[in-house]
Amino acid sequence: MAMEAHDIEALIRASFPEAKITITDLAGDGNHWAAEVVDESFRGMNRVQQQRAVYASLKGKMDGAQGELHALALTTKAPE
Amino acid sequence: MSAKEKIQSTIDSADVVLFMKGSKSMPQCGFSSRVAGVLNFMGVEFSDVDVLSDPDIRQGIKDFSDWPTIPQLYVKGEFVGGCDIITEMTLSGELDQLFETKGVTYNKEAADKIREANG
Repeated sequence: MAMEAHDIEALIRASFPEAKITITDLAGDGNHWAAEVVDESFRGMNRVQQQRAVYASLKGKMDGAQGELHALALTTKAPE
Repeated sequence: MSAKEKIQSTIDSADVVLFMKGSKSMPQCGFSSRVAGVLNFMGVEFSDVDVLSDPDIRQGIKDFSDWPTIPQLYVKGEFVGGCDIITEMTLSGELDQLFETKGVTYNKEAADKIREANG
């Protein structure tokens, strides 16, 4: 079962209520997405820590048993 | 030997280890192919581990690093990142610095060529 942009955004938004979240459909198949998350909480975190936090917000949807979310190109940063 | 022990000994056995889908000469996934391609192009010696051939490793590596996707790059036993992070680090030059500080030989001109090609 593929995912919709708003599903992904809602999951991330739940953990990052203030973040600026941009979801882009890379392949039009509901399975290859890009997400940019800009949030104050990332300030001072390195990329691995930032992205680990975003993956955690996706609660196992990422490449999990059902693999609803096969591909998510992630970009994370603190606001400039 | 548990998956965790297998993973730990694999990571300790080489300076650079890439857990990927497929092998460095026959990658089976776009993301794995990109990271393996960067390492190959930069002349970096690395041990490739095909997670598709061992389901315990495929799941175990995700628990090991608390990172849900493949590929995963390890340099001197330390998790560096997945495809997105390695791509960003390659383009920003941080990967060059990492290799330099960790004493991993790589081809600097090749790294510069990747950056030029990606403008």
